[in-house]
Amino acid sequence: MSLDDPKGGIALTLNGEAVILGADPAARLSEVLRERAGARDVKVGCNAGDCGACTVLLDGEAVCACITAAGQVEGRVVETQRGLLEGPEGQRLAAAFQRHQAAQCGICTPGMMVSAAALLRRGGALNEAAVADALGGVLCRCTGYRKIIDAVLDASRHKALVAEGDRAPVSEGGVGARVERLDGWPKVAGLERFGDDVAPADALSLRVIRSPFHRAGFTFGDLDAYRAAAGLELVLTAKDVPGENCFGVIPGFEDQPVFAEGETRFKGEAVAAVVGTPEALAALPDFPVTWEERPANLTPRGAAEAAQLHGTRADNVMCRGRVARGDAAGAMPGAAHVVSGDFSTGFIEHAYIEPEAAVARRVGDRIEVQCCTQAPYMNRDGLARILGLAPGDVRILPTATGGGFGSKLDLTAQPYVALAAWRLNRPVRIAYTRTESIASSTKRHPSEIRMEIGADAEGRLVAETFDGVFNTGAYASWGPTVANRVPIHASGPYLTPNYRADSAGVHTNTAPSGAFRGFGVPQSAVAQEQLFDMLAEKLGMDRLAFRKLNCLRNGDPTVTGQVFETGMGIEACFEALEPHWAWALAGAEQFNATHDTVKRGVGVAGGWYGCGNTSMSNPSTIRAGVTPAGEVVLHQGAMDIGQGSNTVITQIFAEALGVSVSQVALVGPDTDVTPDAGKTSASRQTFITGNAARLAGAALRAQILRLGNVGEGAEIGFEDGTIVLSEGGEKRRVELPQDEGYALEVTESYDPPTLPLDENGQGVPYAVFGTTAQMAELEVDLELGTVKLLRIVAAHDVGRAINPLLVEGQIEGGVAQGLGLALMEEFLPGRTENLHDYLIPTIGDVPPIESIIIESGDEHGPFGAKGLGEHCLIPTAPAVLNAIAHASGARIHHLPATPATVRAAILAQRENGTE
Amino acid sequence: MTLHRPESLDEALSLLGGGAVVLAGGTDVYPGLRDGPPPSRMVDLTRVAGLRGISLRDGLWRIGAATTWTDVLRAELPACFAGLKGAAREVGSVQIQNTGTVAGNICNASPAADGVPALMALDAQVEVAGPEGPRRVALEQFIRGPRNVDLRPSEIVSAVLVPEATGQGAFRKLGARKYLVISIAMVAAVVEVSGNAISRARVSVGSCSPVAVRLRGLEEALTGATVAEVPGIVAGADLPGLTPIDDVRASAAYRREAVRTLIARTITDAMEVRDVT
Ligand SMILES: Cc1cc2nc3c(=O)[nH]c(=O)nc-3n(C[C@H](O)[C@H](O)[C@H](O)COP(=O)(O)OP(=O)(O)OC[C@H]3O[C@@H](n4cnc5c(N)ncnc54)[C@H](O)[C@@H]3O)c2cc1C
Repeated sequence: MSLDDPKGGIALTLNGEAVILGADPAARLSEVLRERAGARDVKVGCNAGDCGACTVLLDGEAVCACITAAGQVEGRVVETQRGLLEGPEGQRLAAAFQRHQAAQCGICTPGMMVSAAALLRRGGALNEAAVADALGGVLCRCTGYRKIIDAVLDASRHKALVAEGDRAPVSEGGVGARVERLDGWPKVAGLERFGDDVAPADALSLRVIRSPFHRAGFTFGDLDAYRAAAGLELVLTAKDVPGENCFGVIPGFEDQPVFAEGETRFKGEAVAAVVGTPEALAALPDFPVTWEERPANLTPRGAAEAAQLHGTRADNVMCRGRVARGDAAGAMPGAAHVVSGDFSTGFIEHAYIEPEAAVARRVGDRIEVQCCTQAPYMNRDGLARILGLAPGDVRILPTATGGGFGSKLDLTAQPYVALAAWRLNRPVRIAYTRTESIASSTKRHPSEIRMEIGADAEGRLVAETFDGVFNTGAYASWGPTVANRVPIHASGPYLTPNYRADSAGVHTNTAPSGAFRGFGVPQSAVAQEQLFDMLAEKLGMDRLAFRKLNCLRNGDPTVTGQVFETGMGIEACFEALEPHWAWALAGAEQFNATHDTVKRGVGVAGGWYGCGNTSMSNPSTIRAGVTPAGEVVLHQGAMDIGQGSNTVITQIFAEALGVSVSQVALVGPDTDVTPDAGKTSASRQTFITGNAARLAGAALRAQILRLGNVGEGAEIGFEDGTIVLSEGGEKRRVELPQDEGYALEVTESYDPPTLPLDENGQGVPYAVFGTTAQMAELEVDLELGTVKLLRIVAAHDVGRAINPLLVEGQIEGGVAQGLGLALMEEFLPGRTENLHDYLIPTIGDVPPIESIIIESGDEHGPFGAKGLGEHCLIPTAPAVLNAIAHASGARIHHLPATPATVRAAILAQRENGTE
Repeated sequence: MTLHRPESLDEALSLLGGGAVVLAGGTDVYPGLRDGPPPSRMVDLTRVAGLRGISLRDGLWRIGAATTWTDVLRAELPACFAGLKGAAREVGSVQIQNTGTVAGNICNASPAADGVPALMALDAQVEVAGPEGPRRVALEQFIRGPRNVDLRPSEIVSAVLVPEATGQGAFRKLGARKYLVISIAMVAAVVEVSGNAISRARVSVGSCSPVAVRLRGLEEALTGATVAEVPGIVAGADLPGLTPIDDVRASAAYRREAVRTLIARTITDAMEVRDVT
């Protein structure tokens, strides 16, 4: 058999059907399945076998379709997630993934389920290790893997053997119920459509031309001649931007060009884009650009002397932040015990498994963009500015978003396809390559922190000083937010009478640092919580007791002078850890008495995080209605990027309205029909959009009750297109007006009450803080410096758990990212632009995680709920680092704690005899 | 683009040359393209008759060039192959093991190829097929440097050959995470023990030099050693073959030091497994 004839098709059995695919036999199987066979349940995350999202079964064995030649499957049997759903393994897995919420964003779910199906088919009893071995080739950035392991083990059990604790699916219930993800089924059934899955077959493709140097001047050759010779439809550069060649996210800090002009400021910055058929792009000749590499500065250290990146920002300082309370400098000398230290962290890549993708089409004099995003309205307004259109002439239709974690707030691919589709009047698509995604997207800010903390003889905090320098990269992005947030949070959730925290965001020739789960707070916690351990040691105090002694209680002022009279739950978090702590310490002591090379350690850390924007208006609006046919419709605009807002917001709305979630139909975030629920960031959606949903539910309820002229306690039901109100055993039918549009409609907004901060950062920055305490147990191999996690216990005060299953999902996923930050992750510009040099935790790197949910209520949160998303990773890294120090005596100041770093710290500690 | 799928070795050889790229599992070929197009002509070996599988004949184990890491794991092999199985289990992930081949790992000649030290410790030879008929080269000679092997454009590797041997194999890989990880260092050993002392040890180390190396000086020093003596001997040994470098995974200094621990543990593994069986 030969496929030498390029016109010959590839004959295979795809999901049980014989198909012949006309395709280049050397093409990647993933591409052929997606583009020729319509199998868009095969996801592409890296094109290098590193992430496993493209896993398919080839004659029953799991393979990465992205590194398999399409021609190699000639005559063979290929199965994808979609096809597996026709069989028993796939069906059991889908149900179990739903029941356990093993799919968050859903982008890794096809790879996970396909890998698991191969395992289940082999039969036999399974354990966690076998599941991990089978799924180790698929990366997940959302779940922390624990619920995936649970789901596969659950699916492997014969029905009769279903273990206790495996619940029947919960699909009903309001606030507090473990409702299955309402948008989950498409994710487990292979039907979910992400950014690159919605492109029409006739779309042109776009590729961005990017700077290969950290800093360079450039000149173009003859672009018209190039376009004609290469058979392209269009070449775009800065001069083709009809509006402003500029975007950003913070008013006053919009400083990033769509296409660089004259000079590029980081490696990976765009200078041009080419648009053509996929065939033309595949055969693209070298782009006519001449680069002139210029001296570049990559760290804040040299920033003052380096060439100025932005005219108005002297010394390359983008902005500074400060919080001062009491007199830290004056009080410090009076402290009985003082510790201080320098700590640093590197760039952290978001590493969502779905690279940025978008498709745009022009519709008359409007532009429509489908894309993965965390912020549809911000994207809309940003694009309008670039295109020179009114915001209303831009429509953002978000697709499912395969992870975001902060980086999909900013515009990335959207401007390029929008500009091209606008000019050509044809649909244009792009999906970033993994390298392009890592090189050009925003990062977590590298930090260099110096901190000093003093306590009195009894162990009460006296004073703290904090100085943090953050590498904000070439453009501002969310850097100002980091600079503002960190001084407010760097104290941790502790009563600190004398406090001075300064921060600076500094420009360098690197990818812009922006928003990443925690906005700088995880970095400051690495310093503060490690110093707390050092201080407790000096005091001879138990480390948990030291924290409990100092933690904020109701009525205590925070470092900005804000006082919570209710809902400050950190003490309860520490108390919840106490039995685990005592048990783990005793276990470690026992273990260490009989082991010399491997030592066990236990660490603890606290954390807090203010929900919503800092001292700024950030309202959410929710629209809801009842159709003339009696259907309740919720326009839910809070982007669900896997965290669960589609489910949580609906639960809140349904509870306030007094119906069950199954009676509510969802309309998603489309800027033409669904109002602005703000961005999915700052742990704000449950709190802020949740409140808007609560108000909308209550308002709709009031309208309905008024219509039926019944009392507050009446029950609302729907039957045959009419509303049925039951009160005191009596039923009353209410006919709905048969108008155009909704028969009943409400729109409600909520904006959290905050107050501006004064020049010392005093004021009310957030209406709600969530708090957490986590504990890590691990083993350190003293000779190799390797760290093996044994268990994480995570106590979180969420005010009220709207959906405990989703709370656990957030905790487990956040912890996994915290482990990555602590142990393995660091983006080095130009060096780790792929997922085999940039390492994130695999399924074998995340230990069992025990979530303890504390519900201390909240004055402002809907039904008492607080936000949670970012809190989950804040204490993880310091808890791990404290456990490493406990086990080995070595203190890690500069992350990540790779084996080489840990071993070096152990050796240095032996040499010095101290930390 | 052309993908040849020959069914015989002769047919495969006839298609070589002219810039044709040999394709087996593709787990190195495709990632190596980065975001570029596939090579214009590839010769796929996975359909060639007789190239897949492991067999024993005339005192030689023959691992056909299309044999995948999963095939190695599923094969019934004597104890000296435990290190190769250990390497197989740690190559990437199940997905990579299902398509990636032993021969591809060798031909790709990465300093971090996990299969290479495991095979070197087994004194593996490489069987090369070409227009002038087959030839055999010791694996240690076959790999000349990173991405550089003793293979002409008209040749392919048809099999990896391992002489039958007694002894117990072991393999240890050091990486910064559990799965899908490029080795910071890895060690393979095959140890024969008589009484409670080593009668013969073969030790090979990867990721600490441009090409994995056998540590012959150490092997000699280990002869006669008991389990308890191994760490001391390893710690004191001169290991001139190891010339590690700094990279994104670890510093040279760390590699230089940690690899001794890894060596001692791997040898101990091999000795202790033997003790229980
Ligand atoms: C995600 C990922 C993880 C990985 N992890 C590891 C790991 O942990 N350890 C490790 O060692 N490797 C790892 N690899 C690398 C790779 O999987 C192995 O080297 C594998 O054994 C290569 O085999 P292959 O059949 O896929 O080779 P191919 O990609 O098909 O070929 C590799 C090279 O060898 C040539 N070639 C192949 N067969 C022959 C032959 N018979 N004769 C002549 N030339 C030939 C090809 O032309 C090519 O140059 C990983 C790869 C990926 C994508």
